[in-house]
Amino acid sequence: MKCQQCERPATFHITELEGGKHSELHLCEEHARQYLTQGEAEQGPASELAGALAQQMAVSQAAEGLKKLDSRACPVCGITFFDFRNQGRLGCPNDYVFFEKELEPLIANIHGETVHKGKHPKRGAGGTQQRTELIRMRRDMKEAIGQEDYERAKELRDEIKRVEEQQS
Amino acid sequence: MTVELNDLTHTIGEWLRASGPQADIVMSTRIRLARNLADFPFVTKASEQDRADIERLLREKLLHIKATSDEFMYVNVGDLDKIDRQFLVERQLISREHAEAKGARGVVIDPREQVSLMINEEDHLRIQCMHSGLDVRGAWEQINRIDDLISEQVTYAFHPRLGYLTACPTNVGTGARVSVLLHLPALVITKQIEKVFRSLQKISLAVRGLYGEGSQAMGDFYQISNQQTLGRSELELIEQVGDVVPALIHYEREARDFLIKESQQMLHDQVSRAYGILRTAQTISSEETMLLLSKVRMGVNLGLIDDLSLLKLNELFIRTQPAHLQKLTGSELTTADRNIERARFLRRYLNNEGNGGLN
Ligand SMILES: [Zn+2]
Ligand SMILES: [Zn+2]
Repeated sequence: MKCQQCERPATFHITELEGGKHSELHLCEEHARQYLTQGEAEQGPASELAGALAQQMAVSQAAEGLKKLDSRACPVCGITFFDFRNQGRLGCPNDYVFFEKELEPLIANIHGETVHKGKHPKRGAGGTQQRTELIRMRRDMKEAIGQEDYERAKELRDEIKRVEEQQS
Repeated sequence: MTVELNDLTHTIGEWLRASGPQADIVMSTRIRLARNLADFPFVTKASEQDRADIERLLREKLLHIKATSDEFMYVNVGDLDKIDRQFLVERQLISREHAEAKGARGVVIDPREQVSLMINEEDHLRIQCMHSGLDVRGAWEQINRIDDLISEQVTYAFHPRLGYLTACPTNVGTGARVSVLLHLPALVITKQIEKVFRSLQKISLAVRGLYGEGSQAMGDFYQISNQQTLGRSELELIEQVGDVVPALIHYEREARDFLIKESQQMLHDQVSRAYGILRTAQTISSEETMLLLSKVRMGVNLGLIDDLSLLKLNELFIRTQPAHLQKLTGSELTTADRNIERARFLRRYLNNEGNGGLN
């Protein structure tokens, strides 16, 4: 077998399994070295993830359904599903709840599992509702300021303060 | 702050200390945990104000944690110039992404450089712990303790079923990435490295080369890490990575024995030539330096070179990096000038003309 990048024989056969995408590469030593030094495992490859996701969506959704799904936006941070598909990054903790149905198969695909078995934080992270509420209020406040609705912004600021004090 | 950062130019850092178990083959063990605050959007969706709030909040809490006997120091990464940011990347204290990001961000470091806490990387907090040699247990115990201490101070975004919530679903669950950096020159020479990759991929571990300048190779160094973060406990993850390393060490040692037996002369010649170039070159790139140092390192480990210690060699790996060179000379250098400076430094260091003009 020849190297995919040049005329030399392929001595390296690399299987990549990343972001749920499976690919085979056949490379000569030099190109294998080049390839393997391209990216670090550390950087979760956003583009590949987005690619895998797009593929998965295309299979499971009709174009019409996908369009509708893409326009759904998290009420807390405002990220749309389209944004997430493009960037491979979520906007806030609430997205895991809001896009649960869409994320579930993706997560299962990446990790082969869907239930956390590891440690739990010391401080109870219960009251997710109240916590995402804070994120939403901060966003609303920014919007209110943007619309020069300072009355509303002030209300929100006081409310944020109250919730924060309650929590600490 | 900058004074403290400059102090690091004279130290070697944990991952090159060459002191841990199996340090001739295993450079370092690193674990990182991705964490986010429950009350803020993830970094991608955070406003400038949010980022500043996250940075301030985490900085205050983190600096008060008594996790090591030494005081943590804080470096405001947003305030640093390009060379200083690159310097931290070369020391593996921050990631390339963190160096190149925008907005409020920083890193909390312990003076031994075992612990680094990145604020506003891809996630609000990236806790990293680095130990010399093969020490997944030790690194885990340390990072687990730090994570516990932090989680008493702040509320992490956590989902009862999905675990720690992260900006990218590839990190959700434990948020834990366990990596071991290995030096495998004999497996490369005997062309068995491919077999190793294949077997590792079968058990879904990722293998990557290590970086030199830009995207260039850093000779024969490979990093192995877990890909899965959900559905296995942290201990299972560190075992998954830790268990495979002794086998790799074994293969590398076998390959070294084989080379010594079958082609000692060729090997000795290669190593000596590499050593010779490093001692005499007038200009040398970062990439070539890495490749030659890798050969020399193997030579030291096989007893073919006896006037150089592993520690000294490791020191050369870090001090010949672009930002390190520029910090030592105290000026910004073009690539061509860096190559000349690097060669000069290597000649002086390896020919016992002092230690390259340092200290
Ligand atoms: Zn090729
Ligand atoms: Zn959201």
